[in-house]
Amino acid sequence: MSARADILSNIRRSLGVTGEEAPRLTNVEQRISTAPRGLSVGRSQLPRQGQIDLFKQQAESALASLTELDSYEAVPAAVADYLRSNNLPAALRIGHDPRLDGLDWGSTAIDLLHGPSDGQDMAGLNHAFSGVAETGTLVMTASAENPTTINFLPDYALVVLHEKDITGDYESMWANLRQTYGKGTMPRVVNWVTGPSRSGDIEQVILLGAHGPRRLHILMIKEQD
Amino acid sequence: MTAHPTTSRFKDNAHEALGDDQLQKAMLNVRAGFIDKRAAVAAKLPEFEALRDSARDIKNHTLAHLDLYLERYEQKVIEAGGHVHWARTAEEARQIIIDLCQKSDAKIVTKGKSMISEEIALNAALSKAGITPVETDLGEYIIQLRDEAPSHIIAPAVHLNASQVESDFRRVHTHLDADRDLQEPVQLLTEARQVLRDRFLSADIGITGANFLVAETGSSIIVTNEGNGDLTQTLPKTHIVIASIEKLVPTLEDVSQILRVLARSATGQEMSVYTTFSTGPRRATDVDGPENYHVVLLDNGRSSMLGTDFQDMLRCIRCGACMNHCPVYHAVGGHAYGWVYPGPMGAVLTPTLLGVDKAGHLPNASTFCGRCESVCPVRIPLPKMMRHWREAEFSRHLTPATQRFGLAFWAFFAKRPALYKNLTPWLMSLMHLLGRDKGYLRALPLASGWTDSRDFPTPQGGTFQSLYRKQKSNGRAA
Repeated sequence: MSARADILSNIRRSLGVTGEEAPRLTNVEQRISTAPRGLSVGRSQLPRQGQIDLFKQQAESALASLTELDSYEAVPAAVADYLRSNNLPAALRIGHDPRLDGLDWGSTAIDLLHGPSDGQDMAGLNHAFSGVAETGTLVMTASAENPTTINFLPDYALVVLHEKDITGDYESMWANLRQTYGKGTMPRVVNWVTGPSRSGDIEQVILLGAHGPRRLHILMIKEQD
Repeated sequence: MTAHPTTSRFKDNAHEALGDDQLQKAMLNVRAGFIDKRAAVAAKLPEFEALRDSARDIKNHTLAHLDLYLERYEQKVIEAGGHVHWARTAEEARQIIIDLCQKSDAKIVTKGKSMISEEIALNAALSKAGITPVETDLGEYIIQLRDEAPSHIIAPAVHLNASQVESDFRRVHTHLDADRDLQEPVQLLTEARQVLRDRFLSADIGITGANFLVAETGSSIIVTNEGNGDLTQTLPKTHIVIASIEKLVPTLEDVSQILRVLARSATGQEMSVYTTFSTGPRRATDVDGPENYHVVLLDNGRSSMLGTDFQDMLRCIRCGACMNHCPVYHAVGGHAYGWVYPGPMGAVLTPTLLGVDKAGHLPNASTFCGRCESVCPVRIPLPKMMRHWREAEFSRHLTPATQRFGLAFWAFFAKRPALYKNLTPWLMSLMHLLGRDKGYLRALPLASGWTDSRDFPTPQGGTFQSLYRKQKSNGRAA
């Protein structure tokens, strides 16, 4: 018997089932098709502004930094400010995101590098799919527009997040993701990012900048009235 | 690397650990590093206790339907362009992985932190096959340099002090300036980052574990703080996931519930820095990510735990809270347990994987204080299961003769209540007299193994039976 058949039949023997029982099949079918939300967390069930404030507070307590911008057009200047204030070279790694390409980078001295990171970049910028208020977590989805390597390889990770894409809890974010990608279908990678990389492996003292970015900076675009 | 378990020598291991000053110093970090942080973050979430119930129920539901969820999961992985391999044993899992490495002519394999990899002793097998495994989690990297096993499931190098890491780095990183300053832990971290960055970029295959597998979407999930797991799985051409069958959860909602208790229980964080959901290989529209995506599903005795006294152990999400709160673990550290899984969860799991004849000491190394169960995010009744092992050990006549004699001696009196009742007050007075003003005894006849590193408190007040009688009559009077 194949290992697969062996393992499955051993599980069934241990559980005293055949795998054909209708109620069990129905349980599994229903669980997956309805995907019940489970227990909700009170802190995320807030009015809109409360969720936004909670996101900021939680992201900062996870040691991310955050700048609020009045418009999307303000992104290049904000990036330039950030690079300057951290004494970084005026270079930025980005994917092929038409939203970012449509911005006026010419007004800054920033040298744009397109495509996935090769591990030599000091700073990179990606778009977040969403931000989850309950823990200040950014949700990044892999694509040519926003390559996964840009989330992890540059020393300084910058992320654009639209205020309108903030949800209170993870479950609301999944609901939005299913609307975008279809039920049961996932982008190749979904990265939840809560603060910059860190390690506590030496004497249990938390140090920032283990293998991923040493700093995480969020550019939050305010909702237009 | 733990090819040769020393679980059967637990007593000697523990004895050595108690006399190891470096270890005793390092173990002090566990208290400040884990216990207080967990308590603080749990207190900030009013729903924490209810979420533990929810996490327990989700795992129970999954285990009761495990065959069906595994089939569903496999189907979704294949739909996403991935491959699923089933391994009955550690040997089969090693062989599958070595075959995959050899097919793609891999020389260097980077690795994210995986306890399953430790369980199947993968690194030794890879090395033997001429493939260089490189651990990338900082703690795992350090212990790989030292050729040691992890001493904790989430903090593999918790048994070490910074000065020990410094000397290991100086010994191994000989290409760097010998006079460099490594006094500060952050300098050690920076050095590891530089050394490993090259390895990430040059690796042929990346191997990670999985904290969860999602049946709904065919996704594997890793949870890290360093980002090493993500570099491991994103940069090489092939990503291999090695996971045991009980890692399944039904849906994204279910795993979100469990993630709310995982980091809080493990490191006392609201959420770990990186939680990554991976579904299949690089797609046509992608510009990065692995071209091949393989999952190795390992059974290694788990399917036989279902339907037994030990089924609840399969709920374990490997947070480490049980060992962080265990007085025995604090005293002896993880290596004394002699294999991959230390602490209370190891005391239950190791005998199922290695056999109670080899690991029978572990479930005996417990004070039954119950702190492990009180902090377990999926409410595994660890002390009860350790008791099951003790019973199994006793009924298989694996308990030492002196212990069996002691139990028989006690049973003789316990079965003769009148004798027991008359004898115990007399014995108590004697112990009280010997302990005199101190309130404890430094040595007891026939029990030096116990009293060498502990003091025995002298009995206070009357016997249990007399106290019980007194309370009962007071209760009636009130």
